[in-house]
Amino acid sequence: MTTFPERLKALHSTPERIAVTLQFSNADDLPITMDQLIRGASSYAIALTKAGIQPGEVVVLILQHGEALLYAFWGAILHGAIPSIMPFLTEKLSPERYRADLSALISVTQPAAIITYPEFEAEVRSALKEGDSVRDVVVTDKVEARSEIDFDSLSGFQRKPDDIVLLQHSSGTTGLQKGVALSHQAVFNQLNAYGKTLSLNESDVIVSWLPLYHDMGLIAGFLMPILSGVHLVLMSPFDWVRAPYKLMQSVSKYRGTLSWLPNFAYNFCAQKIRDRHLEGVDLSSWRGIINCSEPVRWESHHAFYEKFKSFGLKPESLQASYAMAENVFGVTQSQLGSTPTVLELDREAFMVERVAKSPTNGHPSMKMMSSGRPLANVEVKVLDESGNEVAERVIGELALRSDCMLTGYYHRDDLTQKVFRDGWYLTGDYGFVANGEVFVSGRKKDMIIVGGKNVYPQDLESLTYEVSGVHAGRSVAFGMFDEEQGTEDVVIIAEVDSTDPAEQQKVADAIRLHVTKNSAIALRYVKVVDPKWILKTSSGKTARAANKEKFLTELQNGQN
Amino acid sequence: MTETVPSLTTFIAAKILKQPNRAITADESLISSGLIDSFSLMDLALYVEDTFGVRIEDTELNADTFDNLTQLASLIESRK
Repeated sequence: MTTFPERLKALHSTPERIAVTLQFSNADDLPITMDQLIRGASSYAIALTKAGIQPGEVVVLILQHGEALLYAFWGAILHGAIPSIMPFLTEKLSPERYRADLSALISVTQPAAIITYPEFEAEVRSALKEGDSVRDVVVTDKVEARSEIDFDSLSGFQRKPDDIVLLQHSSGTTGLQKGVALSHQAVFNQLNAYGKTLSLNESDVIVSWLPLYHDMGLIAGFLMPILSGVHLVLMSPFDWVRAPYKLMQSVSKYRGTLSWLPNFAYNFCAQKIRDRHLEGVDLSSWRGIINCSEPVRWESHHAFYEKFKSFGLKPESLQASYAMAENVFGVTQSQLGSTPTVLELDREAFMVERVAKSPTNGHPSMKMMSSGRPLANVEVKVLDESGNEVAERVIGELALRSDCMLTGYYHRDDLTQKVFRDGWYLTGDYGFVANGEVFVSGRKKDMIIVGGKNVYPQDLESLTYEVSGVHAGRSVAFGMFDEEQGTEDVVIIAEVDSTDPAEQQKVADAIRLHVTKNSAIALRYVKVVDPKWILKTSSGKTARAANKEKFLTELQNGQN
Repeated sequence: MTETVPSLTTFIAAKILKQPNRAITADESLISSGLIDSFSLMDLALYVEDTFGVRIEDTELNADTFDNLTQLASLIESRK
């Protein structure tokens, strides 16, 4: 039983070890020792003390990739406060929407303080209201650097293993009101189990470009290496997306061993990296490139391997995992050192009978990649619609039980109660188990996963209704798998009264602009249709699956 | 220059926006408006490199370098 501050103190026994190397697009790599990390964190812990923030209170961090984010996060921990990282405002998102999202986060999470840059302070303050929970906005340039470390004076050491240590949010208006609260103990239980499965050791180097406001980035690409004494090489997601080859160059430079990527990133790297950026690159040290956070596709692994095999990439380094914030992170992991199992299944039996069986002679087949076995501390079972456990190879809802589950959705007991049944967490994902390995096949919920990011269709539909010409209830949003990209494309369909094509095009443009600006989600297809196109259920609700079916049929017939 | 803009328009409408008939005006904001996201921006840069033999560096892939077709076309011309 331990806590984050206790672990940091123990790690300080090797103060000169490089804990993190930060990479930038316009500056040299910045190595940070454990001693520097704790000094930097102490500065923020003291700033929070001075601001009157109490241990156990939530502190929201609105910071970009860099030293300040690193120190502010660990500073909140050393102070005993509960950090929650909020995505930074990007040029894609409208400031008004960002303000509204921040207000929504504040109203549910009730943070006592927000830490941000001086140049962003006014923006943050504009989202605050008289009488809300935020008592101080701590700006980074007012935080005094500390030269000494005095562990005894830090209130984080009073925290208990069962106390909440951090909050994780998914994106969008809905996601920001649903903070996953995790305890010190739950995180350590996850890291112990996951670390063993990975054979994680001090010679590992984790290279990551993942954002820290997402569970994959926060746990696998931040907390796990730092708390396990493993060197982390961290770059900004914004730099990576413009220069994906930097991941390969960093792995080569630092002899990286482990990275986590959402499925689309395999396609993205395979398609967009030019050989001229790979001169001298050696990927032979990479022992685990772990695919998770969106459905895993063997085709994506294949494309990635073909692209990078001549640079020393080993086929068995391509791995898969099934993970979720509610279980801290990993639920399953494929066996490192061998390629994940790929099953060839009868397509019709899969779609119609909902069973995963080998194709009968001549029947069309489909390939599915395993996400591996459950971690040692996790049990997975598959349930039918009535909640009864089903046999192996039968598709149902995945449920799990572990010693690393969330404490709850923060201040949302109503939601927490809904997702548990008899001690089992209902994931909302469909899948099956074969030979003890978990295969994830889809979602019960209508959630769209685009580029590893969860998007609630109702958020996009609400935004569509704000566009002039679209009536409330007359829009539908859904995701559609894109083979080439290896992720889902977002589709929005909206009905308008006018049947004039020029007028409809105008509304389509307005929807694209408005929704993108207010969700930071790029829309692939925007289709404006005549009245009565959208199918409704008998109770008047929009049937997303039926509308998707109709859209796909029209797309195949070239009607779009 | 005369062929550059139509060629870019066709590519963006068909491949990025998936609306082949969508017209894009020469001064319409592409990046700051959110019309082209960061993933697609990369596609556009690769298309420019392959079609016009002109490189746009990754650090330049933002609205400060170009935000509409006129700006992108003159960037391409200046580097030919």
